[in-house]
Amino acid sequence: MGTAEEHPKANSWEPRIVAFFCNWCTYTAADLAGVSRLRHAPNARIIRVMCSGRVDPQFILDAFSKGADGVLIGGCHPGDCHYMEGNYKALRRVQLLKRMLKQMNIEEHRFRIEWISASEGERVRTVMNEMTEHVRKLGPLGLPKKFQEWDKEMEILERTVNGKEESVHA
Amino acid sequence: MHGNGLNGSIRIGFYVCHCGHNIASIVDVKAVADYVKTLPGVIISCEYKYMCSDPGQELIQKDIKEHSLTRIIVASCSPLLHEHTFRAAVEKGGLNPYFFQMVNIREDVSWVHSDRRAATEKAQDLARAAVQRVFHHKALETKHVKIHPDVLVVGGGIAGIHASLTLANAGKKVYLVERDPTIGGHMAMFDKTFPTLDCAACILTPKMSQVKNHPNITLWTYSEVSKVDGYVGNYKIEVKRKPRYINEELCVGCMDCIEKCVYKEGKTPDEFNKGLSKRKPIYIPFPQATPQIVLIDPESCIEFKSGRCKKTCVEACDRKAIDFQQKEEMKEIEVGTIILATGYHTFDAKRIPFYGYGKYPNVYTSLEVERLVNASGPTGGEMILRDGRHPKTVGIIHCVGSRDKNTNRWCSRTCCMYSLKLAHLLKEHTEAEVYNFYIDIRAAGKAYEEFYDKLLDENVHFIRGRVAEVSDWAVRPSEEGKLIIRAEDTMIGIVRRIPVDMVVLAVGMEPQADSQDVRRMFNISCSTEGFFLERHPKLAPVDTFTDGIFIAGACQGPKDIPDSVAQAGAAAAQALTLIDTGEIELEPNTAFVVQEECSGCRTCLTICPYNAISRDEVKQKAYINEALCKGCGTCVAACPSGSIKQNLFEDEMIFSEINGLLEHTPAVCCE
Repeated sequence: MGTAEEHPKANSWEPRIVAFFCNWCTYTAADLAGVSRLRHAPNARIIRVMCSGRVDPQFILDAFSKGADGVLIGGCHPGDCHYMEGNYKALRRVQLLKRMLKQMNIEEHRFRIEWISASEGERVRTVMNEMTEHVRKLGPLGLPKKFQEWDKEMEILERTVNGKEESVHA
Repeated sequence: MHGNGLNGSIRIGFYVCHCGHNIASIVDVKAVADYVKTLPGVIISCEYKYMCSDPGQELIQKDIKEHSLTRIIVASCSPLLHEHTFRAAVEKGGLNPYFFQMVNIREDVSWVHSDRRAATEKAQDLARAAVQRVFHHKALETKHVKIHPDVLVVGGGIAGIHASLTLANAGKKVYLVERDPTIGGHMAMFDKTFPTLDCAACILTPKMSQVKNHPNITLWTYSEVSKVDGYVGNYKIEVKRKPRYINEELCVGCMDCIEKCVYKEGKTPDEFNKGLSKRKPIYIPFPQATPQIVLIDPESCIEFKSGRCKKTCVEACDRKAIDFQQKEEMKEIEVGTIILATGYHTFDAKRIPFYGYGKYPNVYTSLEVERLVNASGPTGGEMILRDGRHPKTVGIIHCVGSRDKNTNRWCSRTCCMYSLKLAHLLKEHTEAEVYNFYIDIRAAGKAYEEFYDKLLDENVHFIRGRVAEVSDWAVRPSEEGKLIIRAEDTMIGIVRRIPVDMVVLAVGMEPQADSQDVRRMFNISCSTEGFFLERHPKLAPVDTFTDGIFIAGACQGPKDIPDSVAQAGAAAAQALTLIDTGEIELEPNTAFVVQEECSGCRTCLTICPYNAISRDEVKQKAYINEALCKGCGTCVAACPSGSIKQNLFEDEMIFSEINGLLEHTPAVCCE
């Protein structure tokens, strides 16, 4: 994979990626990338969970809603899950969630699941760099700002509805 | 249990570690500490050169007391390395260890980024996430599980043998499971061992018979582990015992049956002699095989193939040990710890076609030559080539399947030394001229370099250069009927043609072909090459990421006999530590159901891979058996009412981490 995006210009927009890595494979691989000094894009922030099966779809939605431009899940390869099949459970949820994200107009490349085993430090670098590049091309997602706008709309709607209800009661 | 101090108030101590220059050279540690100081709940925020050192840990303990801290965060290396250290320090300071959180700013930041500003920002984000997370931390009790004192050792090569004997001599009960009909592994095939040249059989076979006779060792050869269940201290193992068609209790190893077999001569290539001789359908792998029990190969036995054999073997056995009806047998055992010593296999020389293995009969692999020079080998130790000649010149090609981008990139570590040994033995047996073609001579080991010097004195030739080709293409009359080795002699800068009678390929060491299946069964990891992955390359070389499972010998990477034995001893010591401690602490990261909130929908029941969740049909609520739960958290993510929680990974903790990571508004939005 290409060179790491290591020199973001001051004050320019940088993609913000939240990564959920399983303790046994992908988090260990990320450690290996560190020990091997495999420099990569500094955009992802890792949250360690015991298993990719622990990743609740709400975490992903929450991350997007709080301003993440991309979300990455890292788990053990199929058949290699430390907990036998947690990664399959994760995969099933991801498939469903992907449809939902599509309906929410969140582009496909903003959300990714990757199988990275404990020995694949190199793969961590590749995925981190690729993901950062894909999200960079898509630009900011900016959900929090959109939410503010929607909230305003909702407020207005609510007020209208409440007004009508009150008039009905009256 | 430790409380969280002042009636649940959150008073955070934050420490950022320089790790010498490892972190501080990339991350502006002072900026991180200064920033965290401004965050709600933080009482103390400071930096220190080495947080994991004694003064670093004491600093935390002092601050807990002086400032009534109730939460501790250390931003340093990976939690996989030092979480345990800091939790212990926090506990010593009088706080529940699970009020601690670790932020990884070394492996995950300073070692993988080079831009100081971006790295510092990332460290600040991660620190903020931890600060928000610890608000939700709870005091937990460490789980303890008992360690079953019995040990399973898989693989009966020198590593497995040594580990088994060490444990058995310490009074522990050992099950040694070996896939082949005999223990001994590769070492049993060797003639002599480098650099001392003591005979392999002389030092190995006594250990083999000790294993057989040890009251604490249950030896199951011709058997394979077929199932592994459970967890550290409490493994349930199923072992498949393949049928030998011989009653092991009755057979005394007299071998009369082999003598009387209707086959007067062997017809099947002998596995132990690497196909250099033939064996009968009823056979014993080699004279010192342990256990001394014959076996029948149904693939070549007439009785199995046609059912119409005279069965002279049955007549010959006065103990009636032969049993054609014998079936595969399953054994179930319980052990607390496991040592994997499954060894290696040698590189298949046919993968490098231009060295002519399989094409020219006089090209041999090193393992074949071990058998040829062995007094108990197919030729009784006489160096007779496949075409019946005695070699007058021999070429040994090093690094076949090692240090080669086209095959295996790693150095197999043993080939230089065993090539030197074979050169010595070949010279001793045949007085032939021996040429070694090498890239580098790697003689790193006690008395290894001296052995190399000795070989130089013995007038063994060394040509530095990778061999390009082995062929029978003679261009001079003197080359007729010979194998011609073509290689660049990089010392003098010319291409040389060396005609020889025999070529020995120093094949490298590879992971076992089924190493991936084995590691899946035992739930451990492999490195990229396929060797079993150790927990830490330097500080935990025989541990794996799965508690209670240790690795020894060449299954972890290429190794010679002394290193394998040393590792086997280390693995045995690790197992002994667990057994003698009697119990092990487990992460209290199990899940539990908040009974009031459970709707009894059954979603979680089918999701748990360990059947740890059951449903109380009266109360109509789910219930998690803590002893069975392994803490993956899959049910937590699946519960539609959010009524399952996972200790250490509660929803609130993860949501607060997400919030903490993203709370910082990026520069572009501020403008």
